[in-house]
Amino acid sequence: MSHGPATQWKENKTLDKKKARLGVVMFVIYTVIYAGFILINVFDNPVMRISVGDLNVAIVYGFGLIILALVLAIIYNQICTNAEKLTEVSGKR
Amino acid sequence: MNYTASPGAIAIFVCFVISVLFISFYFARKSKSATDYYAAGGSIHWSVNGIAFAGDYLSAASFLGICGLIATFGFDGFLYAIGYLAGWMVALFIVAEPMKRLGKYTFTDALDSKFNSKGIKLMGAISTLLVSMFYLIPQMVGAGTLVTPLLGLPHEAGVIMVGIIVIAIVATAGMASTTYVQFFKGALLITFSLILTFLVLSRGLSTSPDKTDVPYHNLIALKVSSISDTSVKLDDPSYQVMSLIKTKTKSFVKLSKDNVESFWTLNAPKNILEETETITKLADGSMLYNGEPKSSNKFFQVGSISSIDGQKGTANTPVTTGSLNPLTYIAKISNSTIIRWDHAVIKDGGNQVSVYFQNPTSGRDILSPGLDFKVDPAKGATSVDRFNFVSLMLALFLGTASLPHVLIRYYTVPSPSAARKSTLVAITAMAVFYVLTLYMGLGAMTGGVLDLTNVNMAAPLMAKAVGIAIFAMISAIAFSTVLGTVSGLIVAASGAIAHDLMDKFFNMKLTDKKKVYAGKVTAIVVGCIAMVLGILFKNMNVASLVGWAFAVAAAANFPSIVMILFWKKTTATGVICSIVVGLVASCVIILFSQDTYSSVYNLVGVKAPFAFSNPALVGVPLSFIVLIIVSLFTQKSSDLKAVSGVAS
Repeated sequence: MSHGPATQWKENKTLDKKKARLGVVMFVIYTVIYAGFILINVFDNPVMRISVGDLNVAIVYGFGLIILALVLAIIYNQICTNAEKLTEVSGKR
Repeated sequence: MNYTASPGAIAIFVCFVISVLFISFYFARKSKSATDYYAAGGSIHWSVNGIAFAGDYLSAASFLGICGLIATFGFDGFLYAIGYLAGWMVALFIVAEPMKRLGKYTFTDALDSKFNSKGIKLMGAISTLLVSMFYLIPQMVGAGTLVTPLLGLPHEAGVIMVGIIVIAIVATAGMASTTYVQFFKGALLITFSLILTFLVLSRGLSTSPDKTDVPYHNLIALKVSSISDTSVKLDDPSYQVMSLIKTKTKSFVKLSKDNVESFWTLNAPKNILEETETITKLADGSMLYNGEPKSSNKFFQVGSISSIDGQKGTANTPVTTGSLNPLTYIAKISNSTIIRWDHAVIKDGGNQVSVYFQNPTSGRDILSPGLDFKVDPAKGATSVDRFNFVSLMLALFLGTASLPHVLIRYYTVPSPSAARKSTLVAITAMAVFYVLTLYMGLGAMTGGVLDLTNVNMAAPLMAKAVGIAIFAMISAIAFSTVLGTVSGLIVAASGAIAHDLMDKFFNMKLTDKKKVYAGKVTAIVVGCIAMVLGILFKNMNVASLVGWAFAVAAAANFPSIVMILFWKKTTATGVICSIVVGLVASCVIILFSQDTYSSVYNLVGVKAPFAFSNPALVGVPLSFIVLIIVSLFTQKSSDLKAVSGVAS
């Protein structure tokens, strides 16, 4: 069968597994916080109106989810890229 | 509201189209193989692919739809932005690298990579086509809806124009040209959204905002000297009181002045009549806008602040804030009262009158959930309302990483690590964009720019109030958002037919050249079908269709993708049944939901089998359960196949 990728690259199954595990951990962290946002909206909606300085919980939590997405994405990519570089270096030795 | 075509918008749009066609014909010369056509040769740099992701994903629903929803409902519109971005977490952490590793050209390739199953090839292709069609129809309808105010052409012309340009893009060079069109569009969209947001913040807030296009319409209030059960008396003798019309929640007074009839809301506690806007359908079928024909241009733009920090402004002494930063802008909105507009339909003799009346709303309510989504039981939300909300947020979260036209973008980069990096670039671009939509939406809500008959025009009209040059750019970009997304959808659909069905399922053993030819022909056919659907579904609620696409993708595709990656006991039969159940469950719920009965079939008052409208909360778990159970029951046959495969 020819489902396989159209381009070639160096495979490292151990590293792939580690990246996948890290991905799952990051995913779970984000999902818990996202689920919290939805559940508070549904089961305790007045919490969303509580003031946080000049803003409220809804705005802070909403912006927080967007910023958290970016931060987690950068951290994940950095860890994976560093691991790939380390594997490349140790592979060359 | 009457729109006149902006020559600047037309000129910029024509330049964009010429550039896009030039890119397509340039890459056409280089696109010879199937890898070139379906996956842009696998040679796209991750930074380009990342912005192309943004250009692919940020359709008219994101740019126009979300800004329009925020301008109308405040925070509830922003919930869509949060949900759309959250979906990319699933794409980055779970799907990006494995998708690149497993597949060649299509989403079905990745699903079938471990099984070589005809059933998976067929169901994967059907799922791709169904989701793509659900997504394609609103894009084509959106193209037609946009082209009337922006370019001054009828709906059908917009649909046909988009269809022809997209066919030219995809049929010439497939994924290569599509990638650069999406990159180009994504970069322009984010750049000009940044500029528009900067201008919104620089203008600040005002109870009588400055507009460069038409003067701001200061709302009129008439003093009432006495009120009875059947009539009112006014201080202003130039108005003649015609009748008092009562509904369950409001009283409206019909007045006449200089032979022009108007409707006003009776605010009894304040002894005033508040100005409204009306669209009257006369018995002969003709329409009046604020009592006069449309050509008289009396239907004014709305969206204003009546008080800032407790200070009320008037036409002669407006209250202004000066320029604000992102945080103080939100803070000022929070301490303001904003005039939103609600809608009622009343009968006036043989005429039907749509009345848009003022609804002063505190800034705190606008920046909190609840103006659109009913989720608070204390405010009358039922369990069905809350179910729909949770289901929608689930569909947005899981649906993004399950959309075939998004997933195929992973095949254009050289490696899994490039797939991951391009997703990071996409997330960065989209995070910036979705934050900007909040400011563009709030700016439109308070800037006196809203057209009550077309909330999707909030962002372009905001740009028009700020300056004609940026309006021209934003208009052209708004139209181009459709081109980028539709190109991606047609590549996905073309891949499903030519690669998944013709080459793999029907085993037509196509040569590389014939695979490219098949892809191009199917792109033309799918493009033509899309044009027909865009004209047929002209009056459909397109926002629902996008939501349905996410829900169907989440139920049909997501469980299979995840379980193939993370559960070794997944079998081909389990995947096939999961996709079938996900598709059928979602479509049945959608077709037989209360919402569809009322707004699509017009069966008002008829009880539908399903009270809720978003199927994700049922479809996704059901699809997972079916996959697990069927896989466990078909373990032996897949073990046997594995053993026989090793033996042979």
